[in-house]
Amino acid sequence: MLRIQSAPLVTEPALTLLEGDAPAIGAVCSFTGLARDLGDHSGVESLFLEHYPGMTEAAIQDVIEKAAQRWAIHRTAVLHRVGEIQAAERIVFVGVSSRHRQEAFEACQFIMDYLKTSAPFWKKEITADGEGEWVEQKVSDREAALRWSDSDSA
Amino acid sequence: MAESSIALRFFASLRERLGTGEEQLPANNIACVGDVLEQLRQRGSEWTQLLHGDRVLMAVNQAMAREDTPVQPGDEVAFFPPVTGG
Repeated sequence: MLRIQSAPLVTEPALTLLEGDAPAIGAVCSFTGLARDLGDHSGVESLFLEHYPGMTEAAIQDVIEKAAQRWAIHRTAVLHRVGEIQAAERIVFVGVSSRHRQEAFEACQFIMDYLKTSAPFWKKEITADGEGEWVEQKVSDREAALRWSDSDSA
Repeated sequence: MAESSIALRFFASLRERLGTGEEQLPANNIACVGDVLEQLRQRGSEWTQLLHGDRVLMAVNQAMAREDTPVQPGDEVAFFPPVTGG
C-alpha cells in the first residue's frame, strides 16, 4: 500500500491490512510522523508540503524494494500527506509486517530514513502573517540514511 | 514539436525563486543534464547562483540523475532543492 494524499491520514486501515496476514506473520511495526507545534522558524501556524507527482511514488517504491531485498518482510504500507497540514496532524505513516519483530523494526526505520532523504517532498512553514519559509534539509537526516549504507552492497 | 524539446520542471524554493514551474527547452546541443544546466545558467546571475553546487538535485524522467546523465528529446528534466519530507 502506497498513498500520497492531501486528505488527513487515517492509519487504522493500513494497520488492519498489515495485521490481516496473521498468523503467517507475527510482527507489525509502524511509525507515524506528526506536525510538531514548533517548526524551525518562530510563529509557525501550519505546514505546506509540495511534492513531485510520479517521482515521489517511484522513489518510495524504490526504497521499499531495497528494504525487501535486505530483510524478510511480508508487507509494507506507506502513507504521506501533501498540501496544507495543521499542527498535530499526521504527515507520514510507515508500517511493515514480518514473521519476527527484528525485521519489522529495522525495515520500518530504514524506509523512514531513506524516505526523508530520497523522496521528493518539500516542507514550507507558514506563519500567522501568511508568509512561508522553506525548511532546510537537516544534516542529522542525511546521517540517519547514511548509517544504513555501511553494509549496503548497492 | 514535443519530440524536439525537453520538458523542464522546477520545484519548491527553486520554482519560487526562478519564477517558473515548468517550461519547454529546445533540445538542440543537449546531450546530458550538464548541458541543460549550462544553458540555464546563461540566463542571468539568479539562475547561475541557484543552479549551482550540491544545493540542487536533478532528475531525468523522474529518476535521480547527475550532471553526466544522458538527456534525449522528449525527456523530462527536473531540478529541486534537497528534500524535506516525512
